[in-house]
Amino acid sequence: MRKFFNIIFTLVFFLFFGFNSIAAEKTAQLLSPEWSFKGFFGKFDRASLQRGYQVYTEVCAACHSMKYLSYRNLSEPGGPELSESQAKAIAANFEVIDGPNSEGEMFTRPAKLSDKFVTPYENVEAATAANGGAYPPDMSVLVKARKGGADYVYSLLLGYEDPPADMELDDGVYYNKFMYGNKIKMSAPLSDGIIEYSDGTQATTEQMAKDVVSFLMWSAEPHLETRHKTGFRVIIYLIILTTLVYLTMKKIWSRIETKV
Amino acid sequence: MSDHDYQPDSKLGKWFNDRLPLLTLSNHLQQYPTPKNLNYWWTFGGILTFCLITQIVTGVILGMHYIAHADLAFESVEHIMRNVNYGWLIRYVHANGASMFFLAVYIHIFRALYYGSYKSPREVIWIIGMIIYFLMMATAFMGYVLPWGQMSFWGATVITNLFSAIPFIGESVVNWLWGGYAVDNPTLTRFFSLHYLLPFLILGLVMLHIWALHVPGNNNPIGIEIKKPSNDTVPFHPYIVVKDAFALLLFLIIFAFFVFYSPNILGHADNYIEANPMVTPAHIVPEWYLLPFYAILRSVPDKLLGVIAMFASIFVLVILPWLDTSKVRSAIFRPIYKQFYWFLVADVIILGYMGAMPAEGTYLLIARVATAYYFIHFLLILPILGKKEKTLEVPLSITEPVIGGSPNEAMAKFKKEI
Amino acid sequence: MSESDKKNPNRRDFIVTATTAAGAVGVGAAVWPLIDQMNPDASVKALASTEVDISGLQPGQSITVLWRGKPVFIKRRTQEEIDSARAVDLKDLKHPEKDEDRAKNPEWLVMLGVCTHLGCVPLTDKGDYNAWFCPCHGSHYDTSGRIRKGPAPTNLEVPKYVFIDSKTIKIG
Repeated sequence: MRKFFNIIFTLVFFLFFGFNSIAAEKTAQLLSPEWSFKGFFGKFDRASLQRGYQVYTEVCAACHSMKYLSYRNLSEPGGPELSESQAKAIAANFEVIDGPNSEGEMFTRPAKLSDKFVTPYENVEAATAANGGAYPPDMSVLVKARKGGADYVYSLLLGYEDPPADMELDDGVYYNKFMYGNKIKMSAPLSDGIIEYSDGTQATTEQMAKDVVSFLMWSAEPHLETRHKTGFRVIIYLIILTTLVYLTMKKIWSRIETKV
Repeated sequence: MSDHDYQPDSKLGKWFNDRLPLLTLSNHLQQYPTPKNLNYWWTFGGILTFCLITQIVTGVILGMHYIAHADLAFESVEHIMRNVNYGWLIRYVHANGASMFFLAVYIHIFRALYYGSYKSPREVIWIIGMIIYFLMMATAFMGYVLPWGQMSFWGATVITNLFSAIPFIGESVVNWLWGGYAVDNPTLTRFFSLHYLLPFLILGLVMLHIWALHVPGNNNPIGIEIKKPSNDTVPFHPYIVVKDAFALLLFLIIFAFFVFYSPNILGHADNYIEANPMVTPAHIVPEWYLLPFYAILRSVPDKLLGVIAMFASIFVLVILPWLDTSKVRSAIFRPIYKQFYWFLVADVIILGYMGAMPAEGTYLLIARVATAYYFIHFLLILPILGKKEKTLEVPLSITEPVIGGSPNEAMAKFKKEI
Repeated sequence: MSESDKKNPNRRDFIVTATTAAGAVGVGAAVWPLIDQMNPDASVKALASTEVDISGLQPGQSITVLWRGKPVFIKRRTQEEIDSARAVDLKDLKHPEKDEDRAKNPEWLVMLGVCTHLGCVPLTDKGDYNAWFCPCHGSHYDTSGRIRKGPAPTNLEVPKYVFIDSKTIKIG
């Protein structure tokens, strides 16, 4: 039995080892703050998600869409958990195109909870053209779409530096020590005090980066809390059942061993 | 009770069974005499059946919500993850289930290699198994294309381009596969159709695999033919059923860790970026279970020969029963084979690792050596070893003591157990 | 191992029963997500209400709007139609409901355009009562949408709705 476990775990270890070594490419060591959503019982910090949403709307949303999110998500359990009326009020600030009406005309109306987040540009081409040829990626699943995940996006937000002396940068290109190739077309989006948090938290660059990345983590994995909770129960259940089956197995096989 | 003597107890059962002998089949499966010395490596057949059923069930469900269209596929996957009740769970089980399926199938294959389960009279079981394995790779590859992320798109581009290596007609074949001049919507829809179809083909082959197994019966760790039923065997139910269930549950615990606590660790971050035919990701890497073959492909400098080498690496497995000339099955009694077996395991792991690395410098050199060794193992070492190796004395039955006694440690331990 | 165990190797003892029960519970729990995934999802539930502009309707006219994937009839009734609906004796009805309960504002009748027999969409201003008539199996509804003749078992269903203002109805 022990041998069996050893070999299984060696195999699993190899799987991880193989992948970590791919991930560990030589770029600067990513910054890794204390994320509340990591670990077996990881949960989001509601206040941080709400602040993160504020950072998103006031800083990122000018260029970055979040097309897979709906306004209703803001009030759903496991997320920022704004009240339904707050989420409705937020939605009503945006205009969406609806229709056609009975005359066959398209018309604009205030957004409802069921509407998707309004995007800053009509389409990818418009977004690319307006941003010097670099498409500001949609941020709905951004954290999962980057190697290093939340740590990477957080590091990137804080990774702006003066370029090394031997590096020439074109206009509209910035140096970021965590970016692949170190060149990025987004200027440093955050600086101390760029926004004023409605809950009175000091809006330092680190604080805003942490809040907005938490928010992005939630938007990429809206069911993370349920997943962790369900997972814990499932594994406890499996361990109990495995023990019971083990005892049953011993019992059943004991018939053979006495017979031989 | 043998299959021919079996009679159902009830009158209705007898009536039905005379017309369709399902009850005879059920009785056969329960009574099926199984060697009593099977170790835990033999539980992976049951685990694999579970994996296949899980993939089919979760896959059919995902098919209810997924939209096979280049403009909508990515969004529909996000819809599953966000809106569908338990959609995130079902998708993560399906995605990680593929990896768990391959983990189990590799253990299953290497078990067969160690204990010589592919040898006469079990060649057909082995060949069906290899066809299943090949179809699994095709199915998994096409399934990975469906979310229509960057890795889906570029993986599909690279793999389908393998066929362009065919002389003269290569380009036409590739255009035929794509339904166009690049991977696009027609490719996606046909991959979806085939990804849905192949698992049922696999299911049919699994039934044949089990049928072919039940003709000679299971091999066992000491690899000898045993009398069935006898003191050496136990009925499948409840003995093997409960043991398989125990192993399956251990497997499920590992599975659950992946699904609930690191559901994306076996995937690629790039696949959460929607497919874009204008931008290729920095590294295109297949899923981990295809890496050894990918390494073989890349280690050959010629395009056509690389493709041939890759397919040949699977084909040598198909003809393995005739390459291994040894009459003794189990590696327990083949001290030299046992060494080479572990070399092969290491070789395949090295190939897998090299498949994930960039194909340059030392990595490429190691990959080439490992590729060469892979073929040497099957084409040279096994045929020669079968003739030259001095094997240990094989016992006559599982329960009977060995004639003259065996110096083998494993055998001694085995005797102590009984 | 007890003597009886040897005699009857399939005897269910405590541990086997407990294992089977625990396994069955687990299978049940695992099956639920597979069933629940077919229920209306979060995006569908979010579309539960719709607002309709009714300012253009003259007495006697009706419109049909889509709500939750089903047609909803909104009819601005004439005084005649209201009177005929209110004059009916409840004893004559298969599914007795007062018109006052079905149309809070007597001028406006809002109901699902789905025949309660087998789900076809009834035709407007047709049938014996010159109101609604289902062509599939011949169910006749009166000017209050109540079943009067034919196989349908109940009246046309009135959904939850409110008048947001004099021009807008919110259904759902």
